Amino acid sequence: MNTSNEWPLWEVFVRAKAGLDHKHCGSLHAPDPKAAVQLARDVYTRRQEGTSVWVVRSDQIVASDPADKAMLFDPMEDKVYRHPTFYLLPQAVDHL
Amino acid sequence: MTASIVLTLASDVRYLLRIGDTCLIHAQRLAEWCGHAPVLEEDIALANLGLDLLGQARALLAHAARLEGGGHDEDALAFLRDERDYFNLMLVELPLRRGGADFADTQLRCLLVAAWLVPLWQGLDTSRDHELSAIAGKAVKETRYHLAHAADWVVRLGDGSEESMRRMRAALARAWPYVAELFDDDEVDVAAQDSGLGPRSSGLHTPWLQALRPVFADAQLTLPAATAFTSQGKRGIHSEHMGPLLAEMQSLQRAFPGGVW
Repeated sequence: MNTSNEWPLWEVFVRAKAGLDHKHCGSLHAPDPKAAVQLARDVYTRRQEGTSVWVVRSDQIVASDPADKAMLFDPMEDKVYRHPTFYLLPQAVDHL
Repeated sequence: MTASIVLTLASDVRYLLRIGDTCLIHAQRLAEWCGHAPVLEEDIALANLGLDLLGQARALLAHAARLEGGGHDEDALAFLRDERDYFNLMLVELPLRRGGADFADTQLRCLLVAAWLVPLWQGLDTSRDHELSAIAGKAVKETRYHLAHAADWVVRLGDGSEESMRRMRAALARAWPYVAELFDDDEVDVAAQDSGLGPRSSGLHTPWLQALRPVFADAQLTLPAATAFTSQGKRGIHSEHMGPLLAEMQSLQRAFPGGVW
């Protein structure tokens, strides 16, 4: 398929409110960065979902290869000691 | 078929209906793009603009209905008037998807109307009518976005490919004969200005030009010369396109009187 005439794909990140982090919520096609921000606003914040949006060209994201999933992530399965759940906390900070 | 309503049109009511009907009919034309815009993202964007305008129209028509005092609500005003009792600018009733018009006409019209509405809402912000100033205070934020969004499109198309430039210039030639009406004062404008209700139309010309000039420069568009013709939509005299638009817009309320969600 010839995609040379299509607008590039952008990933959209929306921050729900000040202090929270931007969360990935989807993608869209747009001709340039300015249009990408506007269209992200129009497509992903119609119901007051956001106070800030980030867009980033999808082809600029470097992702891990799904084929490497076993090698990269499975080894962590039996390393429960990496969770800080074995410490006894003082009563005062019990709900940390 | 439900019969049409007849309104008592004091100057204040007429002033409000001119703005409210312009938002309403502009929204109706934009809604025709729903499901048909060139790309999904802009389809949603145009629907958003239309819904903003519809919300503005609803607030203005509801307020006009209260001032008119005949016991009508905003739905009755929107859907049960005859053509001559709509007072929108003629520009907004012209086709956007037929009659040679296209996506360039759509974005250009959004620009021309938003650049007119922004100073109007700003002027209404200090209205002696507190309800009206509250409506304007909310609307101006929406319309600022419309202006930015449409301006970017006009530049993108006007300064784009040879084809998009040709189409944007053709759209400007089609729209321009109808812009004189945007600044055409009459006794309703003068009364509104003198009574502190809101700005008269002619006062919007300077800020409108200020908003357009940088956009036109970037879009490689030249402001055309003034035309001798002045359309009369704000006085209830409409083009041949208004009848079919109203027939479609009113059909549901006429067929199912009082129908609600």
